[in-house]
Amino acid sequence: MTTKEHANWSPYDNNGGTCVAIAGADYCVIAADTRMSTGYSILTRDYSKISKLADKSFMASSGFQADVKALQKVLSSRHLIYQHQHNKQMSCPAMAQLLSNTLYYKRFFPYYAFNVLGGLDSEGKGCVFTYDAVGSYERVGYSAQGSGATLITPFLDNQLKSPSPLLLPAKDAVTPLSEAEAVDLVKTCFVSATERDIYTGDSVEIIILNANGVRRESEQLRKD
Amino acid sequence: MMRTSFAALIIASCILMRAFVKPSPLHTLEMDTLLTSEGDSQRTQYPYVTGTSVIGIKYKDGILMAADMGGSYGSTIRYKSVERIKQVGKHSLIGASGEISDFQEILKYLDELILHDNMWDDGNSLGPKEVHSYLTRVMYNRRNKFDPLWNSLVIGGVKNGHKYLGSVSMIGVNFEDDHIATGFGNHLARPLLREEWREDLSFEEGVKLLEKCMRNLLYRDRSAVNKIQIAKITEEGLTVSQPYSLKTFWIFSAFQNPTVGAEGSW
Repeated sequence: MTTKEHANWSPYDNNGGTCVAIAGADYCVIAADTRMSTGYSILTRDYSKISKLADKSFMASSGFQADVKALQKVLSSRHLIYQHQHNKQMSCPAMAQLLSNTLYYKRFFPYYAFNVLGGLDSEGKGCVFTYDAVGSYERVGYSAQGSGATLITPFLDNQLKSPSPLLLPAKDAVTPLSEAEAVDLVKTCFVSATERDIYTGDSVEIIILNANGVRRESEQLRKD
Repeated sequence: MMRTSFAALIIASCILMRAFVKPSPLHTLEMDTLLTSEGDSQRTQYPYVTGTSVIGIKYKDGILMAADMGGSYGSTIRYKSVERIKQVGKHSLIGASGEISDFQEILKYLDELILHDNMWDDGNSLGPKEVHSYLTRVMYNRRNKFDPLWNSLVIGGVKNGHKYLGSVSMIGVNFEDDHIATGFGNHLARPLLREEWREDLSFEEGVKLLEKCMRNLLYRDRSAVNKIQIAKITEEGLTVSQPYSLKTFWIFSAFQNPTVGAEGSW
């Protein structure tokens, strides 16, 4: 009987990229770079990793792009059904739970997607939820996921002046920074991560959600 | 921490996927048995007859796509007249690299898709974006069943003045861009295209650029064959060129009198 030493193809690939989200008192910033790579090659420099799931929920996902696309599709159609049944948009915390359940549904053949969900909760406060590939999640004041996450997270810990998550009693982790300061910080994060992470670069797409609506900004990054 | 347990999980689920091993020209496994295990369905393990790179670019009036006509059986160039670029409906072109038989299967699916589209008889017709979306779903679903169609596809076309050029891989990774290449083309052609591609390329400039890329591939990709076709699609329609060969240039001074300086050596 011939033995198989290892498989000659993998159903997964890592298409790279970094995602960041920051929650403020009355705004939320969601950002992701636009580079899509495979191995040591760049496939395209202009690919959006951010998807609008609902009026007040945006998801940024890095990892295996085909799984990310499929995940976005599933969540979009579930949201459409919700709207038909309840005659309203899903709130961000509700979408957060749906995303977790969707990911865990494929616990034994996971979506290789590393997500951050950002939006405004029903009180208008910024909320960020961070996930692993199989659905464990928590609400946080800020998060980074993807190839540059390890470079960005310590920087954010230092600069955001958010209350420590280890405090007791637990304090709300939204940053006291203003919207403009937060956006500027995000740009700095990506510029820095681009320097050292080969999978991050080309440009960063930033979505800013607040009481007035949605705004989109874009900033060029190093292309090497 | 998550990554290592994730890796273990994948290996575990892969081991759980029972598959049988078929001998292939690309491997020297012993041809021991053709028995399937426990009525298992056959799953693709290796490609057998493969096509190499496909390159596509947007140009002023539409899309240009180039591919050679080779079908390799491992290291043998077995077939030299394989058409790897085909028309899909009124508005699109598809180019494929990878397993030729899987490409033929995909053409059958697309045939049925276009047939049903025509049968609606509603004046509407599927454009390249729709075809790309359909193929992405097909490829991803096959990957989910651990039985992929072993192809990298390039879909290009023009509909209502909008040019579209996209790619899908065998595991469902898809994107669109101004220039696309599969396989070796990603490494050898893409850098040339990044340097020299412009939005307003004329037809002649586009062809010259594609020929430059194909020549480069001919020099460096061992499965490339010097018999290429270039296809053009615009709002008006599609044309696929007759197969032709590229001129290659070997007149390097080092190739003249190669033993000069080492006379008498072997």
